[in-house]
Amino acid sequence: MPETTFVEAIAKTLATAMRADDRVIVLGEDVAEGGPYLATAGLADEFGRERVRNTPISEGAVCGVAIGAAQSGLRPVVEIMFIDFITLALDQLVNQAAKAHFMSGGQLSVPLVLRTQGGAGQRNGAQHSQSLEAWLTHVPGLKVVMPSCAADAAGLLQSAIDDPNPVVFVECKALYFRRETVPEPPEPVPIGRAKTLRPGKNLTIVALSRMVGDALEAADRLASKHGIEAEVIDPRTLVPLDLDTLAQSVKRTGRAIVAHEAVNAGGFGAELAAQLQAAAFDYLEAPIQRVGAPYTPVPVSPPLEDAYRPGAQEIEAAARVALDWGEYDAEPWEHGAIAAPQTTP
Amino acid sequence: MTPDSALDAEEAHELLRTMWRIRLFEERVGQLKRNLQVHGLIHLSIGGEGVAAAVCGQLRDDDAVYSGHRAHGHAIAKGAPINGVMAELMGRDSGLCHGVGGSMHLVDTDHGFMGATGVVGGNLPLALGTALTQHLKGTDQVTVAFFGDGAVQAGHFSESINLAALWELPLIFVCENNGMAEFTSREEHSTIERVSDVVAPYGFERTTVNGSDVPAVYDAFSRFLTEARKGKGPYLLECVTYRRRGHYEGDPEKYRDPVAEQEWAERDPLARMTERAIKQGWIDEATVNAIEREAAAEIEAAVAGARESPFPDPEIARSLVYA
Repeated sequence: MPETTFVEAIAKTLATAMRADDRVIVLGEDVAEGGPYLATAGLADEFGRERVRNTPISEGAVCGVAIGAAQSGLRPVVEIMFIDFITLALDQLVNQAAKAHFMSGGQLSVPLVLRTQGGAGQRNGAQHSQSLEAWLTHVPGLKVVMPSCAADAAGLLQSAIDDPNPVVFVECKALYFRRETVPEPPEPVPIGRAKTLRPGKNLTIVALSRMVGDALEAADRLASKHGIEAEVIDPRTLVPLDLDTLAQSVKRTGRAIVAHEAVNAGGFGAELAAQLQAAAFDYLEAPIQRVGAPYTPVPVSPPLEDAYRPGAQEIEAAARVALDWGEYDAEPWEHGAIAAPQTTP
Repeated sequence: MTPDSALDAEEAHELLRTMWRIRLFEERVGQLKRNLQVHGLIHLSIGGEGVAAAVCGQLRDDDAVYSGHRAHGHAIAKGAPINGVMAELMGRDSGLCHGVGGSMHLVDTDHGFMGATGVVGGNLPLALGTALTQHLKGTDQVTVAFFGDGAVQAGHFSESINLAALWELPLIFVCENNGMAEFTSREEHSTIERVSDVVAPYGFERTTVNGSDVPAVYDAFSRFLTEARKGKGPYLLECVTYRRRGHYEGDPEKYRDPVAEQEWAERDPLARMTERAIKQGWIDEATVNAIEREAAAEIEAAVAGARESPFPDPEIARSLVYA
């Protein structure tokens, strides 16, 4: 299979979609120049600047333009360069895109893809590093997709473009430039189907985006150090969620970790934990453990940012708590296995 | 008055018919609101019928219109059936949007009424998107975005004006400047009195007309429409109108003096248009009276029809979340 990167897979999928369907257009800040991460590199050369449209720094209007175009017959893929800037587009996304089909009694539909990227790790500071996907999952009418590898990104992006609904496609900047294999042509990945990356019988780890790799690393360590077999599942789509696949796994293993890079408080892990406990309560041997970022903005200073970002170590520690549940006579954090839970102000 | 208006008898007749349908519809909705038979926040357009009629009356079904929270008149003028609009306001299944949209979210795609939005200024970027589609497809269709002077201070307005000018979209911005942003006068919101002055630096054509002078609105819009049909744009038509009612039905209007009847008589677009049309010989009084009677009958039939329509099946809400 040919080697590529996440961003190359995105650019290639966009080009394929634009070749196949002249309703597909790409718009956003600097997209005709390829953008800061080159996710749209080469598109303007092939398709011209009418279909690959640079826009002013007007996230609200640009998102609205894409919605208006989508409900008028085009298939726009709009880029919001950093998910932090989605704050400026939320009125259009939440009040217009998500509700157009509903409010019009089914007359309108909004086949829109909004690509954006989040995540910390590049010393970009508190306004260019956030993971805000949970906000979007709270709005009925939006679909939210969060691929963890280049092959899934390619397959899901094509599905998102084909979907008659607004799909928010959340990429992760930390995944952009790894060498990965992607089949040619890419395999289609339907929206709403989770993927089990590693089978296991002792514990289920549900991880999102970058944390999928960390979950696999933690699973390897648990296996080699303790002989624990952790099952690792990537939901890939947050809305709609493939709860069946997750719940079936948890019913078999009896223990679950949910892991993402976003702040734990109000994060999508809370929704995952709530849905899993409702679906598999009788099978649980321990409370579902959440792994996420602490309740602070993202700091720049390298040691602080490194400490901020959850990873394999935190997943492994949470796994120890879940596995040893009931064997402690004191709270688990008193043994140093896991940080004490923070209260949200 | 514009003595050299391009209007003819047939068009004047049609304008009066549309204006009467909107006027009587709005008055009836005001009554129904007091009886709690229409639902939610209701914003009436009495005083603005002339703009809706003169603008939408010149458009085709395949032209797009976007409106805001004060949308009934625009929808009716664009061709939305009155029984569908009335049933929508009454929350019935036979409403344009099966009763799930309501007064502020009317949509009738069959007639190019692409939507109304309750978030002030939020419709403007959407209108750009439809105009971009028309531009890329190279059609002679145009898009019209209605908004009030209150929307001009919203961020979406500046972003949209800049983008429409930059991309030269076939879009006509129609501002109904009634001098009131909700409860507050324009002077308290901006140092710029005329909306056409706000967009001056962008260099596209713009004009301000008296929104109560229907032939003037008609002629100014006609000029812009001819150019927009060739793919040119954008344009901005500012119509200075009068909001006869409060911001919403039930608004105690403590922020302004009761309207002097004399002032209203001078600004009432329907009274002025009727007088003008009779004077020009476009229509006679008996025909105007017949138009009024027909409109009243149509509206009563719409109310009766809506009352017979069931409320939507609760399951419809779940089924409409995704396409």
